[in-house]
Amino acid sequence: MTAGPPLFSVLRQGPYLIASIHTALDDSQLARFTADLVQRIGQDRARGVVVDVAALDVLDSYASRTLRDIGEMARLRGATTVIVGIQPAVAFAMVQLGMDTGSVVTALDLEEGLAWLDAALAPVGRG
Amino acid sequence: MTQREQTSTDPAPADSRFPGVSDEDVLLPQLVAHLREHRTKLRQEWTSRIHETHLLQAMTSQEMAAETTSVYDNYVEVLETGSVEALQHYARDLSERIIPRGVETQEVVGIVLLLRDVLARSLFEKYQRDLPLLNRVLDAYEPAANRIANTVAVSFVDERERIIRQQQDSIRELSTPVLRVRERLLILPIIGVLDQQRARQLTEQLLTGIRSHRARVVVIDITGVPDVDEAVANHLVQTVDASRLMGASVIITGLSPEIAQTLVTIGVDLSKMNTIGDLQGGLEEAERLLGYEVTRSEGGGSP
Repeated sequence: MTAGPPLFSVLRQGPYLIASIHTALDDSQLARFTADLVQRIGQDRARGVVVDVAALDVLDSYASRTLRDIGEMARLRGATTVIVGIQPAVAFAMVQLGMDTGSVVTALDLEEGLAWLDAALAPVGRG
Repeated sequence: MTQREQTSTDPAPADSRFPGVSDEDVLLPQLVAHLREHRTKLRQEWTSRIHETHLLQAMTSQEMAAETTSVYDNYVEVLETGSVEALQHYARDLSERIIPRGVETQEVVGIVLLLRDVLARSLFEKYQRDLPLLNRVLDAYEPAANRIANTVAVSFVDERERIIRQQQDSIRELSTPVLRVRERLLILPIIGVLDQQRARQLTEQLLTGIRSHRARVVVIDITGVPDVDEAVANHLVQTVDASRLMGASVIITGLSPEIAQTLVTIGVDLSKMNTIGDLQGGLEEAERLLGYEVTRSEGGGSP
């Protein structure tokens, strides 16, 4: 659709998908990101999703609602979502504007997010 | 009686046709000469008045003698030259020396007013037989004396405020340390009044601290905070939420009854606030969350 570097990427890592947003997305780009990601969950039979927003220094209300929605959709398709890399300033701005990520878990960075998924999904894996 | 009334009732002196200019030009040098001549006597009188009124008790009598001499000389110099610049410098210097010793504004103003009084009395004594002249002398003396008192007081207060500003800055720098106790565990001991600015600073330091230390658990100890207002309480809750967005859980310890009351009254959502009575409990809970198990070794405990 657009030339130039990709706006986001969805990579597979074992049973997990790592979705990174590289730059600020507008509403239609966010919708495309959501659709892509939710589709990939089924396609790759992913059990966990890490959404990395470390590159963003702004998260508006639409974006944070989209992140929450992704978490819900992923759950319905059988994957657990964790959002990672929210910047300090972004975190505080979100709270001040009354936005949150709902039931979706957040973690410091990619490594933490993967560790959290490992811990959260471990009992299921064994069972 | 003002100078103008004075000249209308008593037109005799030649120089009174130009009130102010000529009076100051003629009378002030006379005045200065008089004050220089009786320097020792007047200064001693002044010193004893200071003792009587129990001012400047933080100073020894030697220091007092040195300072009163300088103040006296500066005072007379201002009368002579009409420029307060030197006095300003001296007053600032003096303030710098005496403020750390607990000298109050009222004492400094008090001693200057005493000197003003002592000198006025001596002028009165000298000129009391010639009332019109005395009036003109006082007319020349009073504005200058007022300006001196003003200068000293302002210099003192300026110096004080400068010190206060300096201290505020250093307190602000020290006020919100973010300390790492263990891998991934931070504590923030907060002591003293938490105002909005400090709360903002705390948030900033905490959130960047979480990032740089990769913290998973943060214990904020507010035992030393007496009370907070609604805005700060709200800010605190927001900070906890923001930390959670960054993947760290916050444990707040040492909430005073007043703060607890404030938090409940403003009706914020406290269901996600993890609070524990004291710092020890908070650290234990944090260690539990991180999976640490602290045990005392056999035979330990005796120093």
